[in-house]
Amino acid sequence: MRTMAIVRRVFKQMLRDKRTLALMFLAPLLIMTLMYFLFQNNTTQVASLGVHHVDQSVVNVIDTKNVTIHHYDSSQARKMIKQHDLDGYLTQKNGQLTITYSNSNPTNTSLIKASLQSGLVKLKMKTLVTVTKKQRAALESQQAALKKLTAAQTQATVTKLKTAIAQAQARGDQATAEKLQKQLKQATATTSSSTQSAKATSYTTKSHYIYGSSDSTFFESFLPAFLGFFVFFFVFLISGVSLLNERTTGTLSRLLATPIRRSEIIMGYLIGYGGFAIIQTVLTVVFTITVFKIHLVGSIWLVFLTNLLLALVALTLGIFISTFANSEFQMIQFIPLIVVPQIFFAGLVPVDGMASWLQAIAHIMPLYYGANALTAVVTKGAGLGDIGVNLLILVGFMVVLTMLNIVGMKRYRKV
Amino acid sequence: MATDYVIAKQVSKHFGHQQVLNQIDLTLPAGMIYGLIGPSGAGKTTLIKSILGMEAVDSGTVKVMDTVMPNRAVMAQVGYMAQSDALYETLTARENLTLFGQLMSVPKIKLAQMIDYAAGLVDLTSQLDKRVSGYSGGMKRRLSLAIALIQDPQLLILDEPTVGIDPELRQQIWTELNKLKDTGKSMLVTTHVMDEAERCDYLMLIRHGIALAEGTPAALKQQYAVDTIEQVFLKAGRMQDANDGNR
Ligand SMILES: Nc1ncnc2c1ncn2[C@@H]1O[C@H](COP(=O)(O)OP(=O)(O)OP(=O)(O)O)[C@@H](O)[C@H]1O
Ligand SMILES: [Mg+2]
Repeated sequence: MRTMAIVRRVFKQMLRDKRTLALMFLAPLLIMTLMYFLFQNNTTQVASLGVHHVDQSVVNVIDTKNVTIHHYDSSQARKMIKQHDLDGYLTQKNGQLTITYSNSNPTNTSLIKASLQSGLVKLKMKTLVTVTKKQRAALESQQAALKKLTAAQTQATVTKLKTAIAQAQARGDQATAEKLQKQLKQATATTSSSTQSAKATSYTTKSHYIYGSSDSTFFESFLPAFLGFFVFFFVFLISGVSLLNERTTGTLSRLLATPIRRSEIIMGYLIGYGGFAIIQTVLTVVFTITVFKIHLVGSIWLVFLTNLLLALVALTLGIFISTFANSEFQMIQFIPLIVVPQIFFAGLVPVDGMASWLQAIAHIMPLYYGANALTAVVTKGAGLGDIGVNLLILVGFMVVLTMLNIVGMKRYRKV
Repeated sequence: MATDYVIAKQVSKHFGHQQVLNQIDLTLPAGMIYGLIGPSGAGKTTLIKSILGMEAVDSGTVKVMDTVMPNRAVMAQVGYMAQSDALYETLTARENLTLFGQLMSVPKIKLAQMIDYAAGLVDLTSQLDKRVSGYSGGMKRRLSLAIALIQDPQLLILDEPTVGIDPELRQQIWTELNKLKDTGKSMLVTTHVMDEAERCDYLMLIRHGIALAEGTPAALKQQYAVDTIEQVFLKAGRMQDANDGNR
């Protein structure tokens, strides 16, 4: 009953604060859209490569749409890169290729590297192909000679048989004529079948992607983690600041001068802001699925559930952290300390490859579990059984923080 | 059934090195307006919060309605008005009153009636549906008072209720407080306004956390042989300073 009074108040306050509402509901969509376009297409980047005395065959294979080639007359790579603002410089001495990277833009460096590598592989293949081609030509001419021989032989047999048939017919020996006719048919049949088997078998490949498509982008692979992050970030900020406001304006201690339980206040907050978190989640998830045509492999309900749990953890964490802040400004100061580090452990960098002490840190971050679960559901279609442990840990975070919050309010009233 | 609404015994409290309350005894029977006066920083607000159980005391006991404080359930019988307004500014006055009414367990059917009553008392009826952010300082003060009255409590604890309220409305409020007193309710009021102090049935003068003097206004004036409570206030203060100087 009293909890619901708090919930109603939270709802009324939020609905009247249009700016905060917009921040919570529109900002995630805006940022997602921005990221979608930012990470959409990174193949338009072109690196410039200077070359000096390099075999034309090599230059030809390196010259792709990601690398433009400029020819220069100097072998001084360092100087030329500086002078012409190049990303790399390639020189050749006999069979030895030497590449110098400017490396001021690592993306361009890797573009050149990739082009060079695939180009050299292509070149090797080409030489291989020419060799085989020559061998094949030799083989084919032999085969043709063989064929001619067999054809001549068959021809001889056929003519022989034909004359025999004619002789038999002239003799009126029908039976022998028929027998010879059969032989003739057989002889012609063998030649046609031998030509058929010479045809080569060719394979075609067709690729299927379970999640995303052949042009899957950075955006798509990290989308699930971001879905969790947005909810976490905004709920943390809004709930933390609003409880802080209650503390600084004195309404919190005024509330505690009524018979309300401390737990009822916290529950009111959980339900009230949890409600807004659900709306936010539904909005962002539906938006990404419909507008960006993101393919969701798993159940959308599991996405909602995971996000709700993340939101509740963020809520209790925000309330908890707000007790250490004395102003909104101080609350903002906790964002780089508490919220931003979490995004690094949300799957942007694979946690398995981290140093063990970093892995330990990852395991105390709620977003690590939330993002893991979300990624599993969205990209692999994981079920409740697969992500159950992650969800339970989130519940654990929430329960512990809620307890701490309820105890923490003893500052304002002893019971 | 004891008729004392508040019994505080030997209440002491310190913040850091500062002794804010020093062995205060306070008894508030039913049907009385009890005034707390004293200079700024004397410890009046701290005493009130200790009585409500919102501040932990170092020693001493407080009983409200025969219940040892702190106690959550007793809060429903106490109307509290804090020294600084604690209102939800984005909500209207009616919504603020409704919220606190619900928290105080005012029955649903009675709530609208109680809101009208409390708002009428502080002359806010016509402004009930305005957001608090658009209120003046005095209007906020009056709304805080209305919130303290919302559940029609037996005991009112009012920390400087009339600050920022014009003389006419102040008269009105005091008349109303006296009416409430006549129905058996009690009030613990702090004030810096001496003519309000004169209207109290009983006064306690606190200075540096010490209960310097207490009694009915008439008795105090007689004790200090002066004509007004203001002079009692000043004279008692001078005597305390002189005593401290002698030590
Ligand atoms: N939370 C606190 N921490 C430290 N000191 C405090 C705290 N609250 C009050 N004090 C100190 O206790 C003393 C008494 O404060 P209190 O608010 O009770 O005074 P008051 O009598 O209500 O004064 P006023 O008439 O100005 O409201 C003051 O000196 C104040 O500095
Ligand atoms: Mg005070």
